[in-house]
Amino acid sequence: MKYVDEYRDPEAAQQYLAAIRGIVTRPWTIMEICGGQTHSIVKYGIDELLPNEITLAHGPGCPVCVTPVEVIDKALQIAAQPNVIFCSFGDMLRVPGSIHPANANGSDLFSVKAAGGDVRIVYSPMDAVKIAQQNPDKRVVFFAVGFETTAPANAMSVHYAKQNRVSNYSVLVSHVLVPPAMEAILASPTNCVQGFLAAGHVCTVMGYTEYQPIAAKYRVPIVVTGFEPLDLLQGIYMCLLQLEQGRCEVENQYSRSVRREGNQPAQQLVAKVFRVVNRKWRGIGEISHSGLGLTADYADFDAELRFGLSQYRAQEDSECISGLIMQGAKKPQACTAYDNRCTPDHPLGAPMVSSEGACAAYYRYRRLRNKNLVEGSGV
Amino acid sequence: MCLAVPGKIVSIEGEDLARTARVSFGGIVKQVSLAYVPEAEVGNYAIVHVGFAISLLDEDEALQTFEYLQRMGELDELESQPGGPQSRESAE
Repeated sequence: MKYVDEYRDPEAAQQYLAAIRGIVTRPWTIMEICGGQTHSIVKYGIDELLPNEITLAHGPGCPVCVTPVEVIDKALQIAAQPNVIFCSFGDMLRVPGSIHPANANGSDLFSVKAAGGDVRIVYSPMDAVKIAQQNPDKRVVFFAVGFETTAPANAMSVHYAKQNRVSNYSVLVSHVLVPPAMEAILASPTNCVQGFLAAGHVCTVMGYTEYQPIAAKYRVPIVVTGFEPLDLLQGIYMCLLQLEQGRCEVENQYSRSVRREGNQPAQQLVAKVFRVVNRKWRGIGEISHSGLGLTADYADFDAELRFGLSQYRAQEDSECISGLIMQGAKKPQACTAYDNRCTPDHPLGAPMVSSEGACAAYYRYRRLRNKNLVEGSGV
Repeated sequence: MCLAVPGKIVSIEGEDLARTARVSFGGIVKQVSLAYVPEAEVGNYAIVHVGFAISLLDEDEALQTFEYLQRMGELDELESQPGGPQSRESAE
């Protein structure tokens, strides 16, 4: 496929790896904050091809993983109600909620569906609006999660519903923003991250000017990076070159898709439908100004208000160490529950659920390889 | 979740926020909203996320990853020549 296959060329990858080996003189830790990049890094073994001095930390870049447990609980409670069609992206369905009496109908959306709830997987939020138009006697709720990349699509669904008076449509919003999470990581006294790969599709929508004050304030290089192996290797090379030369600039590796100012029409509709709010991040806690909620003009479409759930609170399970993993302090194998009490079939925490979660990526790609090595077949 | 895939625009219909395209992803064709890329034309490659084109790929910029490698190779050759520049900074 054009614009995909050429960025997987093994010869060019070897050249980038050789270039990286040629410039590294000391240990460095670089963090990616995008589940898609985490998945590619682990799938292609990029972290293991790099010189030993380089550590790649997998940041809180998976919206499924950072959605707080109380929002999952709200989804479960809405989905279990009669006359509701609950629509979601597929990877939210296995995320466990809390152990709470209100979740009697199921511990995740799949269980609610198994118990008779009308839970549907959709590809786009616009599909959920169509379901609402086709089912005027039902209350249709879309689980609007995601980073800046997904906000324009979710904003359009709400805007379209308002314009076309689709009054039985609403959204359960748990949108998060990348730059405040980067700042929270950098401001932590235990921070070990020295450079960032910024997420290519988040920046496709938002541009990269908002990263410049962060790079300057914390003196970290930030390289906007794509998702294919060559993108990642080039992004890592550019970040290391800055670190070795003592520079801290925002650079753009993914220039075939990312423009400095981002996608202006998308930003305009997002700013009309959503406003910046404080958000809780699963495993990390509340981060100021780190999410999106509906503006007053679109508050009628807020599922939390319609279903009277805005005051609901829940506690997180303590066994899952997702917070430490997403801040780069621990790798998945360091968790005592990894690959025994916590597996993709029986996840204790969200990073084991989504294929973009660090735990699930390690389970999928590293576990098999380790097994093969043990059995002597090698890979 | 931010997965977005490049595809080629094969046809366009509608206007403004209702403008849509049929986009081919290596032969699999899907209907995609062009609301956020009003400049899109048939033949362009778009990055598509959950049913919306969020950018058009720039063909010249797409070559950067390979040209960057080439430039690094040329620098290495310069550096390996006797009397050539000793560091990257001085070679730039």
